[in-house]
Amino acid sequence: MNLNFKNESFRDDYTFKNSPESIRRFPFPFNEDKYMYSVNMEPHVPAGPAGHAYNNAIDVDEHFVAEMRDRALVLKEDPLRYLALPHMMAAQWDTLELLMENQAASYPEHFTLEKNGDQWHWINRPMGIDQIFTFGDASTLPMEPLEYITRQAQGDFVIVDQRDGQLWCDAGMVTTQADWSLDFDIGMNFHEWHGPVPLAHEIGVFDRALKFLLNLQQGKPVRRLNWTMTINPRLDTSPENYHKWGPDRATVTPENVGNKVHLRCELQTLWRLPRSNAILFVVRCYLIKMEELVTVPKWARRFHRVLRDLPPELVDYKGLTRYRPTTVEWLAKFDDGQPSTPGIYPE
Amino acid sequence: MTINTEMKVRVAQIAQVADKVKRFRFERADGQPMPVFSGGAHVIVSMRDGKALRRNPYSLMSSPEDTVGYEISVLRVENSRGGSAFLHEKLKEGDELVLSQPVNLFAHDHRAKKHIMMAGGIGITPFIAMMDQMEREGAAFELHYAVRTRTHGAYWKELQQRYGKHRVKIYCDEEKLFIPVADVLANQPLGTHLYVCGPAGMINGVLGKARELGWPKQNLHSEEFLAPPPGKAFQVRLARANRTIDVAPHQSILEALEANGVEAPYLCRGGACGQCETGVVSCDGELEHNDHFLEPDDKASGKKIMICVSRIKGNAVTLDL
Amino acid sequence: MLVAGIKSRPVYGGLNVDIHARRHLFALEGEGALALLDQLKAVGMDVLKTADILYVASGSKAEDHDRTLAALGADSFWLAPTIPVLLNRFHVMLGQAHMGTCIYVAGTEGFIGQAQQAAMNHGVDPASVHSEHRGSAARRVQCVHCKGITDNVTTSPYTCSACGLSLLVRDHYSRRLGAFQGVCIDAEEPGTAPKPEELFP
Repeated sequence: MNLNFKNESFRDDYTFKNSPESIRRFPFPFNEDKYMYSVNMEPHVPAGPAGHAYNNAIDVDEHFVAEMRDRALVLKEDPLRYLALPHMMAAQWDTLELLMENQAASYPEHFTLEKNGDQWHWINRPMGIDQIFTFGDASTLPMEPLEYITRQAQGDFVIVDQRDGQLWCDAGMVTTQADWSLDFDIGMNFHEWHGPVPLAHEIGVFDRALKFLLNLQQGKPVRRLNWTMTINPRLDTSPENYHKWGPDRATVTPENVGNKVHLRCELQTLWRLPRSNAILFVVRCYLIKMEELVTVPKWARRFHRVLRDLPPELVDYKGLTRYRPTTVEWLAKFDDGQPSTPGIYPE
Repeated sequence: MTINTEMKVRVAQIAQVADKVKRFRFERADGQPMPVFSGGAHVIVSMRDGKALRRNPYSLMSSPEDTVGYEISVLRVENSRGGSAFLHEKLKEGDELVLSQPVNLFAHDHRAKKHIMMAGGIGITPFIAMMDQMEREGAAFELHYAVRTRTHGAYWKELQQRYGKHRVKIYCDEEKLFIPVADVLANQPLGTHLYVCGPAGMINGVLGKARELGWPKQNLHSEEFLAPPPGKAFQVRLARANRTIDVAPHQSILEALEANGVEAPYLCRGGACGQCETGVVSCDGELEHNDHFLEPDDKASGKKIMICVSRIKGNAVTLDL
Repeated sequence: MLVAGIKSRPVYGGLNVDIHARRHLFALEGEGALALLDQLKAVGMDVLKTADILYVASGSKAEDHDRTLAALGADSFWLAPTIPVLLNRFHVMLGQAHMGTCIYVAGTEGFIGQAQQAAMNHGVDPASVHSEHRGSAARRVQCVHCKGITDNVTTSPYTCSACGLSLLVRDHYSRRLGAFQGVCIDAEEPGTAPKPEELFP
């Protein structure tokens, strides 16, 4: 598949938008008209209509080049968005291998990986990168393997180490996050890291998820969807910069909802890594404007109902308080009251 | 929607490596590469032995970076339930078997300043793969390996040659040499981790000694695959499927289910991983918990059972299946 | 008592002396001295023969705990002038320690966090460090924006000592930083920060 990489921005003038094809491939996170936390994990196998974000195990789309440019800007301002504890080096190489192999296999027009023993040759055409290096020897790359490859792969990446029946968040590249700080959370276990999430602990979501993940098998990745909302197509909604993007939440008016308010979907995929026995969490962020979302009538209807009936704790935790009423009112115009069909794909 | 990741393999080589120990090398029938794994991982080997389907866990001992083939070593045990007897006496080079993906319940702690491994007999196998990985990663390690006699002990010569006598120490029962656990543990730097694999008595002895010497449990690791202990026959009732299945004296519940076409989840088949935890609806008899996974509270509650190694003493147990 | 129910806050399980340990290394701050004294009542004085005690009085100077500790007759006792100076020596002693040395930390939460961090840097799993909270419930807080750390925070919101933003103290604790998280409270409408409330006396 030949992708048309767009020249667009996720800051300042916010020129990001989705092409019509990009709208239809959006991983819409609601399979019914209401939402509550659940473990909702399924095997990460190719799925969905042609072109959907689920088609390839590691998804690359038209926003690739612009997202990588935004990541580089974030890292220049704040290098702490990439961190890896010293014992995670084997897991770093595992991740580099996984991402290079998948991107090269699914998008041969754009990426090439040639292996000759431990001498590897990596070509990333969209970014103009051509690198020969020795797998396992960090001194043959311009930076640590995890930083190197995650500057060339969409989504946030967190590697969790498995010890003592727990998972420990011990390395990551996090620049497109929904309000959590890698620098603060690195080294935490699965429950600690999700500590601030309301309601879910009480209904046992994290206990069940942990049990499931501890036995995650090589060769059997799983996925789940999570979501929040963002004002302006801003990828870097970090707590570090909250004082900079927080004021945007007060700028939503009935006139600008369609362009300013975005549904932010996280496609989370989880992979058992071979050498390190760690687990890679890929947290891929997809943004869609309200005016783009309502071009799919099923999604318009359903998202109106989900947002209208959301439990107050979640409204607060996801930071939707200020602009939810305006957004619900705007979406109501697109809800014809008809029943919505099952599943997440467009009709 | 499931992914079938089992690998069909051919027996590429069988070698007698010590008294009663054979090494088996498996390569994929379709010529695809084997996945890289981490030292300490095991695979489940599925064997078709006449009418019986046997599935046993074996630690991988080949280099984790060898993607051409996987190797295991198997001790021929007396009173074998069938697995080791089949592998030793019936399996031939060129035969086909099925392997699971590698699963690691005995991974080394990458934070360790140093790794100390203690092996008893065939318990050496996971450490062979671990040392290969540690050497590649530049980690500090030493191995203390207890064997009954020099001819019973597999691989000790090769290991000493490869890693040096200062890192690989052999203790032979016959020569009245035993691992001096207290001396080995006396002056290790903070951040050292200890790994034990061998017979239950050895594992308990070494770990008990380490605790007596003030080693915290976070630094202690062990692996023991339990063979499902035999018992008397009983019946399993499946509450949801509304079926009744007989469990024979030398069969585990899991094996009985599989023999009757009921697929239940499992990973280790040795009572360690927790994957086959099953709800008990009622029990006409007494649960016999043989696993390492359930907490004492869970065992006492009578509500859960690990069907890969545990059984009942009595007439019938009704499971939430 | 510390507020319960914060998922990321470690459980400080008490100093509980491990009688199997071949050496005992204590890092104590302020009222943390009392945690050791209480333990000795329970397990007896024998443990002191193989014990090294590092102590910093911090806010408890007037209580003379240092004299009480010095008089115990431990194998070694050292009174540090400040927390950073104590942590420096602790770090060196950890580097020389062997497996079988049990590590104990008691005092305010900020001190426990920093001492645990030192132990982690020597490959010690924090779960094997015996810890007990004593003294003020004041929090050590990291400003998520400028990364500046403010010690002894007793109110929420508080003013970041480094960047001056008004910060809400979240119930989210980082073991690695030994600190809670402070997040700008009036980011969405600057100038609307509520008055500080005394929450962690």
